[in-house]
Amino acid sequence: MKYRKPQLLQGNEACVEGALDAGVRFFAGYPITPSTEIAEGMARKLPRVGGVFIQMEDEIAGMAAVIGAAVGGKKSLTATSGPGFSLKQENIGYAAIAEIPCVIVNVQRFGPSTGIPTAPAQGEVMQARWGTHGDRPIIALSPSSVYETYYLTTAAVNFSQKFRTPVILLLDEVVGHMREKVSLPASGRLMVEKQNYSDIKEYKPFDERKLPPLVPFGEGVYYHITGLVHDEHGFPTRHPEVVVRFMERLHRKINHHRKEIIMTDYTGHVEPKVCIITYGCTVRSARAALQKAYLQKRWPVSLLNLQTLWPFPAEEVKRLADRCDYLLVPEMNMGQIVGEVEKYAHGKAEVLGINRYDGDMITPGQIFQHIEGCFS
Amino acid sequence: MKSLREEFLRTNKLPHIWCPGCGNGIVTAALVRAIGKVGFEQKDVAVVSGIGCSSRAAGYLNFNTLHTTHGRALAFATGLKLAQPGLKVFVVMGDGDATAIGGNHFIHAARRNIDLNAIIINNHIYGMTGGQHSPLTPEGKKATTAPEGTLEREFNILELAVSAGATYGARGTAAQPRLLEKLIVGASQNEGFSVVEAMSTCPVSYGRRNRLGSAVDMLKDIKQRSVSVEKLETKAETTRPRRDIAEEGAEEEGETHDKQEEVIPVGVIFSRPAPEFVERYYRGLNKEKEGKEGKEEKEGQVES
Repeated sequence: MKYRKPQLLQGNEACVEGALDAGVRFFAGYPITPSTEIAEGMARKLPRVGGVFIQMEDEIAGMAAVIGAAVGGKKSLTATSGPGFSLKQENIGYAAIAEIPCVIVNVQRFGPSTGIPTAPAQGEVMQARWGTHGDRPIIALSPSSVYETYYLTTAAVNFSQKFRTPVILLLDEVVGHMREKVSLPASGRLMVEKQNYSDIKEYKPFDERKLPPLVPFGEGVYYHITGLVHDEHGFPTRHPEVVVRFMERLHRKINHHRKEIIMTDYTGHVEPKVCIITYGCTVRSARAALQKAYLQKRWPVSLLNLQTLWPFPAEEVKRLADRCDYLLVPEMNMGQIVGEVEKYAHGKAEVLGINRYDGDMITPGQIFQHIEGCFS
Repeated sequence: MKSLREEFLRTNKLPHIWCPGCGNGIVTAALVRAIGKVGFEQKDVAVVSGIGCSSRAAGYLNFNTLHTTHGRALAFATGLKLAQPGLKVFVVMGDGDATAIGGNHFIHAARRNIDLNAIIINNHIYGMTGGQHSPLTPEGKKATTAPEGTLEREFNILELAVSAGATYGARGTAAQPRLLEKLIVGASQNEGFSVVEAMSTCPVSYGRRNRLGSAVDMLKDIKQRSVSVEKLETKAETTRPRRDIAEEGAEEEGETHDKQEEVIPVGVIFSRPAPEFVERYYRGLNKEKEGKEGKEEKEGQVES
């Protein structure tokens, strides 16, 4: 594979590169730290590739415009942080029920509300899953490095297209602002989901068996898009049987593709006694702790980096719970993903949360201390 | 009416959900006739709507239709228009939808002068939720959330639109469908943000509570109070309703109907062309492309 010259990039800048390489041609957003560099990068670069950038009047409008543009056939993305992510929720739910592909980047900061602007935190893991009202599936990815940000942004765009769903990319302030040396793939070298809507004669936008790409408005196919529960042509229905089929299909289209969507990165001992399960910038501290425990102390320790947070990597955790005595779950909140780990560990391994909520990162020392505790 | 083109309607979705006596159907029909009259191709038309009774119109129209979230129709439409500049976009909203929850999007769409045609069906009330007051409920009128009459003053939509930067503003009524049709044609022909306020009736949730009589009485009342802007003398009168008449009328007979309360200035209230946003964006884009081509090659240096 061909690569571009090595660059020193921020996570937020890598997100812009990933989005453009994956074919994103529309961005709408509203300024908020620590995600603003994504909007700024898009404002500079989108026009060069014939794309559209617009700064909207508020966060809600940013989300709405992104959905509107997706309906117009553009691959669309918006970026925000904590408070803005809260504001966008209703329209994220709309994109989910209307099955409009789009990507929402949330560079997490300390909350709730204005919190500590703009100290790092990982407080929106559960909001990503359950933030909108009603039941809906979601895909959420969380990178731990600048290159991973690039790569997962392209994956987010591809998933959004393939499954016609909003995809949430959960960065954190550390990853968003951190600079690393990266060599990005040369343009045109990526797997990019392509829209193919050649057969539009018998077109059903919400087909029962397969999920056809949306035919953009303006192509002469007159269907209806709504946030109401709808039938296969998009028209509102409250017929219980149709509603049940609709809800089940909405969830099935994600759940039946868990294998494809779930990405994790496992390092360390193959038969571990202790496994650290974490995501985002906390992976970096965990990796340092692992180095000391596994490479220096030779303890059977490993690390599972959850690149996909939702749908939750349940199988991976179950397997680890079978083999490990302890599952350590460090995260920069008061305990969010730890609940999922407990659920799937099902009492087979002891699950210990390691939490920090003072606006700073969890240190390798803090994690190592817990590992040490498991071996004493 | 002759010019109503059936292929523009999803007749299999009828009958509609609106109550007997509702003005929404009249406004929707005027919209359909206007689109036919102005000669847009079916495939080039998109109808975007918000949430509320009026916004259900989108479902009955056989175009590309996007029924969005409450108050956000204009923001969705902004994205759509930017993505597909060739589309003729009509945005159907109610009074609460457009000016309360969607007020911010309304003033900013006007400020940008983006080529969208906002059709605001003003029935002075939140109908779907059962009769709560909106920013367009006239001061003193009763609603479930203002049982003694609202203390709040109402917006004048077109005054708001003109101050915010819209380039076409017109007021029509459900009592004069021909005029309304003409005004929507005018909006379609304006390249920029156009607003048509369609005064309508909600006999169930507004009329009954305020003792305005039957649906027919309400329409007659609107018609009686409508005065063509050309007949009004000064410009100030065309944008601001005449409160003085309302007060006089109330004193005269102590009528509960308050029929003579306000003159409704109808017709084209303002039309003042200005550069349109999307067109300017794409013109800039082409310039940028030409300028940046050399630079792009430099950046794309490749190593194996």
